[in-house]
Amino acid sequence: MKEVVRVAGGQGFWGDSLDAPRQQVEGGPIDYLMLDYLAEVTMSILQKQKERDPSMGYARDFIGAVESVLPSVVERGVRVVANAGGVNPPACAAAIRKLATSHGVGDSIRIGVVTGDDLLGRLDELIDSGHSLANMETGEPLSAIRDRVLSANAYIGSTPIVEALTRGANIVITGRSTDTALTMAPLRYEFGWSGTDWNHLAAGIIAGHIIECGAQCSGGNCLYEWRTIPDLANVGYPIAEVRGDGTFVITKHPGTGGRVSVPSVTEQLVYEMGDPHEYITPDVIADFTTIRLEQQGPDRVRVHGIEGRAATDKLKVSIAYRAGFKAVGTLVYSWPDALEKAQHADRILRERLDRLGLHFDHVMTEFVGASATHGRLATQASTGADYPEVQLRFGVRGSDRAAVERFTREIAPLVLNGPPSVTGFAGGRPKVEEIVAYWPALVDKSVVTTHVEIA
Amino acid sequence: MNVRLLDIAHARSGDKGDTANVGLIALKPEWYAVLDKYVTKDAVAAHFDGVIDGPVDRFELPNLNALNFLLHGALDGGGTLSLKTDAQGKVFSTALLRMIIEVPDGEAHAAAVPEASDKA
Repeated sequence: MKEVVRVAGGQGFWGDSLDAPRQQVEGGPIDYLMLDYLAEVTMSILQKQKERDPSMGYARDFIGAVESVLPSVVERGVRVVANAGGVNPPACAAAIRKLATSHGVGDSIRIGVVTGDDLLGRLDELIDSGHSLANMETGEPLSAIRDRVLSANAYIGSTPIVEALTRGANIVITGRSTDTALTMAPLRYEFGWSGTDWNHLAAGIIAGHIIECGAQCSGGNCLYEWRTIPDLANVGYPIAEVRGDGTFVITKHPGTGGRVSVPSVTEQLVYEMGDPHEYITPDVIADFTTIRLEQQGPDRVRVHGIEGRAATDKLKVSIAYRAGFKAVGTLVYSWPDALEKAQHADRILRERLDRLGLHFDHVMTEFVGASATHGRLATQASTGADYPEVQLRFGVRGSDRAAVERFTREIAPLVLNGPPSVTGFAGGRPKVEEIVAYWPALVDKSVVTTHVEIA
Repeated sequence: MNVRLLDIAHARSGDKGDTANVGLIALKPEWYAVLDKYVTKDAVAAHFDGVIDGPVDRFELPNLNALNFLLHGALDGGGTLSLKTDAQGKVFSTALLRMIIEVPDGEAHAAAVPEASDKA
């Protein structure tokens, strides 16, 4: 058994740095490259792509990422674990198979494909057999929006990934597995942690939580002493060096920028946190109030003391559904009296929408530069501020596409027929976007069966 | 004595549906007690009055010298529904750091917390 297993985070979301995966495998010793591609809304985007082309529906960035690390996978035995499969893990695996073959290393690549998370084709059966899939936030049953559902996936845990590794996969592709399971599964596999070894499983989950957002734990987006964080242009992505006792060190490769410190890791620990006593995953409930952090050396933070307890008998389900339309338009007003001009334009716009008889579920105005992000907290602090410019940002949302379309024609005219000193409209008319909203629900674990195939 | 949270804490925020969370972390371990005592659930709810639509929850993480706040109804529906610039609640962190708390002079001096400047 390895004394230390190194899991490197190489992707914090679909759209993250294209170079990070290769830097993680080439910058120093690692055992696993963990790539997290899926955010809440990503599944629905992928579902739309799959509807247009049945060979799509996965995170295509992953193909380039694997290509960039293929020599290390083949020659150094680095294994890749990723939820890049989206709503079509088999198609993703086929693309990786083709890539490996074209590079002449087909014999060296064993792809583990995890499926079973996709519940879209089973929704009616589930509803009919008494699973309401009620919205966790509102309590509304899924039947209310059933005809508008685009995708439905259960968040699955580490077990099928462990199985794929046990069966010799060196690239594991999942669909909607939890972000944290991608890190924890290799640790379970290497150290033989059992499915009821709650403290160790919780440690693996917390290691995963720390590195799942890429450089956001190693100096990126770090508020603490942000001016002093070195060389973010060459920021090092995080590595968890984990021991069989569940203690681990968060670090990064030597010679890279950024910083791994108790404050940088703490900021990531509290990111998207709910009740810290119960971070619920399919594998274990982790208790964030037990975590202990110590600076062990430059860019090395030791994490220990972690406790967990038995998981629940439910899985969370991520459901995406069509929820109407929206459009956002902007105009920039300049000094003098920039805010006042923008406010005046806002009043005119609202009156014109009323006169047109357009109705929306929601109309929102922001004054970017004055109050867009902090609301009245900012305007109170800045009373009398002599803004050089303020951007009027005006958005509408509603179920009537035609009304939202009509709204988009009302921004540009303000340039000539509204308040003065206005610019910044070169982008043209705002675009109407279909809203794909997120519906979180719970389902009994017993109804979800995962499958592992070695392709 | 008035103390501005920006001077004694750092923070990160994120989203979960229509709820924003803010993790508030003491800049020095000895300042956690000040945060714990004066950055109450009610004080934070009052700070965000008119900015968020729902209630506030508070959790303590003394092991990380941190408090975690859940600001419900903060994101105009959240996720893709939201029309806001900050649809994912990324900068509620700094909005909380604008908050001024009143710490009795004796306690403030004992903990050596800095006084808020007028510019705050």
